[in-house]
Amino acid sequence: MEQKNPFSNRRLVISGVAIAIIAIYIIRLLSLQLLSDDYKRNADSNAFRRDVLYPSRGLIFDRNGELLVFNEPSYNIMVTMNEQIGIDTLDFCKTIGITPEFYTRRCADIKDRSKNPGYSRFTPQVFMTQIPPEEFSLFREKLFRFRGFSIEKRAARHYSSGIAAHILGDVGEVNPDDIKEDDYYHSGDYIGKLGVERSYEKQLRGEKGLRILLRDVHGRIKGHYADGEYDRDPVPGKNLTLSIDAHLQELAERLLEGKLGAIVAIEPTTGQILCMASSPTYDPRVLVGRERSNAHKALSKDPMKPLLNRAIMGMYPPGSTFKITQALLGLQEGIITPETSFPCSRGFNYKGMHLGCHGHGSPIPLVPAIGTSCNAYFCWNLYRMLSDRQHYKSQAEAMTRWKDHLVSMGYGYRLGVDLPGEKRGMIPNADYYTKHLHEWGPLSVISISIGQGEVTATPLQICNLAATVANRGYYYIPHVVKNIQGSSLDTLYTRKHYTMVDKKWYDVAVQGMRRAVTGGTCRGANIPGYEVCGKTGTAQNRGHDHSAFMGFAPMEQPKIAVAVYVENGGFGATFGVPIGKLIMEQYLNGKLSGGSEAQARSLQSRHINYGGYER
Amino acid sequence: MRLGNPAFKADWVVVTLYLLLMLAGWVSICGASHEIGDTDFFSWGTRSGKQLVWIGCSLGLAGFLMMIDEKYFDTLSVLLYVAMLLLLILTPFLAKEIKGSRSWISLGAVSIQPAEFAKCVTALIVAKVVGQYGFTLSNPQRLLKAAALVLLPMGLIVLQKETGSALVYLSFFLMFYREGMPGSILFTAVAAVIYFVVGIRYAEQPLPGTYSSVGQFVVLLLISIFTAALTKVYCPRTPHFRRLLTGGLLSTAIAYAFSALILPFDIAWVQILWIAFLVGYLVWYGLGDRLRQYYVIAIFALGSTAFLYTSDYALNNVLEPHQTTRIRVLLGIEEDMIGAGYNVNQSKIAIGSGGLEGKGFMNGTQTKLKYVPEQDTDFIFCTVGEEQGFIGSSAVLLLFLTLILRLFTLAERQSSRFGRIYGYSVGSILLFHVFINIGMVIGLTPVIGIPLPFFSYGGSSLWGFTLLIFIFLRIDAGDKLRRR
Repeated sequence: MEQKNPFSNRRLVISGVAIAIIAIYIIRLLSLQLLSDDYKRNADSNAFRRDVLYPSRGLIFDRNGELLVFNEPSYNIMVTMNEQIGIDTLDFCKTIGITPEFYTRRCADIKDRSKNPGYSRFTPQVFMTQIPPEEFSLFREKLFRFRGFSIEKRAARHYSSGIAAHILGDVGEVNPDDIKEDDYYHSGDYIGKLGVERSYEKQLRGEKGLRILLRDVHGRIKGHYADGEYDRDPVPGKNLTLSIDAHLQELAERLLEGKLGAIVAIEPTTGQILCMASSPTYDPRVLVGRERSNAHKALSKDPMKPLLNRAIMGMYPPGSTFKITQALLGLQEGIITPETSFPCSRGFNYKGMHLGCHGHGSPIPLVPAIGTSCNAYFCWNLYRMLSDRQHYKSQAEAMTRWKDHLVSMGYGYRLGVDLPGEKRGMIPNADYYTKHLHEWGPLSVISISIGQGEVTATPLQICNLAATVANRGYYYIPHVVKNIQGSSLDTLYTRKHYTMVDKKWYDVAVQGMRRAVTGGTCRGANIPGYEVCGKTGTAQNRGHDHSAFMGFAPMEQPKIAVAVYVENGGFGATFGVPIGKLIMEQYLNGKLSGGSEAQARSLQSRHINYGGYER
Repeated sequence: MRLGNPAFKADWVVVTLYLLLMLAGWVSICGASHEIGDTDFFSWGTRSGKQLVWIGCSLGLAGFLMMIDEKYFDTLSVLLYVAMLLLLILTPFLAKEIKGSRSWISLGAVSIQPAEFAKCVTALIVAKVVGQYGFTLSNPQRLLKAAALVLLPMGLIVLQKETGSALVYLSFFLMFYREGMPGSILFTAVAAVIYFVVGIRYAEQPLPGTYSSVGQFVVLLLISIFTAALTKVYCPRTPHFRRLLTGGLLSTAIAYAFSALILPFDIAWVQILWIAFLVGYLVWYGLGDRLRQYYVIAIFALGSTAFLYTSDYALNNVLEPHQTTRIRVLLGIEEDMIGAGYNVNQSKIAIGSGGLEGKGFMNGTQTKLKYVPEQDTDFIFCTVGEEQGFIGSSAVLLLFLTLILRLFTLAERQSSRFGRIYGYSVGSILLFHVFINIGMVIGLTPVIGIPLPFFSYGGSSLWGFTLLIFIFLRIDAGDKLRRR
C-alpha cells in the first residue's frame, strides 16, 4: 500500500551529497597520505629526539710514540628555555663567572632563530661551552638550584708541550660553510681548523653515535625508537702517528727563536718529514677552550704572522740552493758535462750584462763551481741552453724544457704535503715572460739560473730537492703523518716520483755538494764521523740577504735531508749552515755534542731585528 | 511466533556495519590512549578497557531495544521530548564546568551528556509530528513548527556552550528536504556558505585593473547568476533567464573592460547597480503577473547582497574571537600554528605520516606521543590515519558511507511516514557527524568539537548512536513483520 511520494526523487540528491562528501574526503586523504612527503618528515622531527653521542677524537703521537695531543673532558652548560623559570640569575652568573648582561644577551641569542636555527624551547640548547674544571665543579654543586640547566660532556684538545703548533693545528667550532659542505656536522660540532687536525679531520673525528629517542609533545622521553634498532654507538677517532721527531722539532724551534724563517727535515728514503718549524710560532695550548677565538684573533693580527706556516706557505727566492737543479738539468740536456769549464772574472760579464761573483779560480769545472757557488758558471749554463738552436727549435721551447725539469723536481706546483695551505712557489715559463717582458732573451732572465728573479720556492720544496739528491733522482711526496691507526697511508705518499734527470748526473751533484762542505761555502756543516753534503744559499732581496742552506747526510745511505731558510739572515753560512748542521747532528746522533750544544744556545739567542724591514 | 520475533528481523547489513565500526573504533582507542609497549587493553583503569564496558552496555541496550514494542516509540515521544527539554534546561545548573561547557551530568562513577540522547528524542518527536497525515513541509507555517521542534533543543544546547553538539541539529534539515521542504531553502543555505567562504577568503585580494576585491567581485557576480538561474527554475517558459544572465554578464564585462583599459574604478558599484536593477525588474513583473515567485527571487537577490556585506561585520564583531580565529585559519587567511591551527596541523601531520599502509597497530608516533590533542575523542581519526594508513582510513570512510546509504535505503522502504522520517533523521545525523568530524581532522571543515560515531571514546556518544540506530532497526523490523 506504499503510496507514491512526490518527493522520493530527493533521496537521490541526499545520497548524492553523502557520496560526494566521502569521495572528497578520500581524495583529501590520498593527497595527505600518498602524494606528499612533508607530513612524514614533519612527523619525524616532531616525535624523534636524536641524541648524538660524540666519539673521542683520535690522539696524536710523534714518530717515537711520544704523546703530543690528547683529550680531556670539558663541559658545556646547556639550557632548556621552557624549564628555565625562576632561577637566581645573579647566583648563576657568579657561579660560572659571567655578567648578568652577558646572561641576558646569551639568552636572547639562543632564542634568535637567525643565529640559532635549531632552536626549540623544549630541548637543551648550548648556553656556554668548555667550562674550566674549577668553575665547573662549583656549578655542578649548585646545579639543582638552576632549573632548566644541564650539563653536556664533551672532550677538549690538550697538548703535552708547546711545540709543532703549525703541524698539529687546532680544532674549533664548525662554521656555516663546513656544515654546508659536509652534512656530518651540526652547529656546535668541532672540526680541525689547521694542521693535521684539519687535513686528517675525517680520520681523527671518528663517527658520531646516535640514539633515536621518542619524545612526546612535552619533550619527555618515552624510550628508544624501534627498540634501539637504528641506534648507533660512536666510533672513536683513529690515532695518528706523526713522522715528526719531537726532540728534533723542539731543537728546530729553539734555533729559529727571534728570527723569521723555516726549517724542514725529511727522511729521504720515505719522504717523512722529521721536523718542520716555522718562526715565529705560537703555543698551541692558547688555542684551546673558551679563549680560543680571542687568542686566534690576536695571533692573526700580529704583523709577524705567527699563524703562517712559512715552511709550506713562505715563497722565497731559493738563491744558490737552486744551482743544483741547474747543474742537473744542464747535464741531462747535454748543455754541459762534468768537465765543462766556464770563465768567471768576478762574475758573469757578457754584452754589457754583469752579474757579480766572489773571488775564486777561473775557469772552473762543475764540481768546484758548485762547491764555491760560482754565479758565472750557472749563468753560462742557462745562457747556452736558451741560445741552443740545435736542441731546441726556439727559445720558448728551451724555456719550456727548463721549466719541465724543475716541475719534475717538485718546483712550481704544490708538492702535496698532508697539511692545509701549501703554496706552490713560482717557476716562470715562456708565456710568463712573453706576457710580462714582451721582448726577452737569455740575458734578461739570466738571474733565474742562480735562484733569483722570478723564481720562488717554499722551504719544503728546497728540502725536497735535498732529499731528491740524497736519493739520486727520486722523491716521495713529503708528509707529516707516518701511520694512521687501523688504516694505511694514502698511496700518494708511498710512490716514488722520478725526476727527468738520470741517476749518474745526481752522482755529480752529490760530489758538488760534498765539495761545498769539504772545501767550499759550507764548511761549517761538517759533522765529525759523517760525510755531510750541503749547499748554501744567499738570496738577495729588498732588505738584508736571506740566509739559506740545504743538505743531507750521510752521503751514502742518507738518513736526513734538511733545508733552512732564515729571512734577512745574511750569508748562507751565517745562519743556514750552522742550523742545518745542528739539525742533522741531533737526528743522526740523537743528541748534540757539548760544542754543538753551546753553538745551539748561541744561535738561539742571536735574534734578528726585523723592525726596519718592510714585510 | 519464532519468526515473528523482531530481534531476528533486524537488518543484518546495518548490524554488521555497526559491529565492524565499533570494533574498529575500539582498536583505534587502544592505539590512541596507550603508550608504546603497553599491552593491557582490557583492565578497567584504561580507556580501552572502559570503552569495552561501554560497548558491552551498548550491545545490551541494542538487544533491549529490539525486544520492546515499537509503538512505545511513537506514544512516548511527546513525554520523552518534554522530559528531555527539562533535563537540558536543568543541565547547566547540575553540571560542573568542563572545558568551558556545562553539559556533563555526573552520576557517581560515570558522567553522561544529555545532549547526546536529545538527538534521538528529537528525531522521534519530529517523526511523530511531521509524520502526521497531511503535514506538508512546503507550507511555511508547518515548516516553522517542525523547525521549532529542532531549534528548541538546539538553542538549549547552545546555552550549555556546546556549539558543536548544537550544530548537529542542522542535519534535520536534510530530512526536511526529503519530506518536502522547498529546495530553495537548502539552495539559499548553500549559497550563503559559498558567499561567506569566497567573500571572506578573498576579501583582501585586489582584482587587477580595478579598485575592487576579488571576493566582492566574485560574490556579486554569483548573486546575479544565481538570481537569473532562479527565474529559470521558478518562472519557466519566460524570457527572463536569458535577459538577466546576458545583462549581468555584459554589464560586468563592460565595467571591467572600462576599469582595466581606461580608468580604474571600483566595479562593485556597477554590479550592485545591476542587482538593484534586477530587483526592480522582478518587482515590476511581480506586480504585473501577480506571481509570488518574483518577490521571492527578488528577496533572494537583496538578501544575498545584504549577507555579503554583513558577514564580514559578523565575523569580526559578533563571533567570539576564538571562533573568528578558527574560521580565518580554516579559510587560510591566517596561519596559527600554536593556537587553533596547531591541532589541525598536528592532525594532518599524523594522518599524512601514515602513508599507504600506515605504521601499524600501536606504532603511530604522533598519536602515541600526544602531539595530536583530543586524540581519543574528537581527533580519533588521526590514529586511524596514522596507524592504518590510506587503506585503513578510506575503508573506515567507506564503511560509514555504506551504513548511511543503507539507512537511507531502509528509510525509503518504510511503509509509515513515521519510520521514514525517523530513518532519514538517523542517516542525516550520522552523515553530519562524519562530515564535520573527519572534515575537521583532515583540515577541510572548521574545528567543531563533535565526536566521530563509534570511534570517539565515551559512553554517552556510543549509547546515543546505539539508541538512534536500534530504535530505527526495531521500527524497520516491525514494518517487515507487518508486511509479511
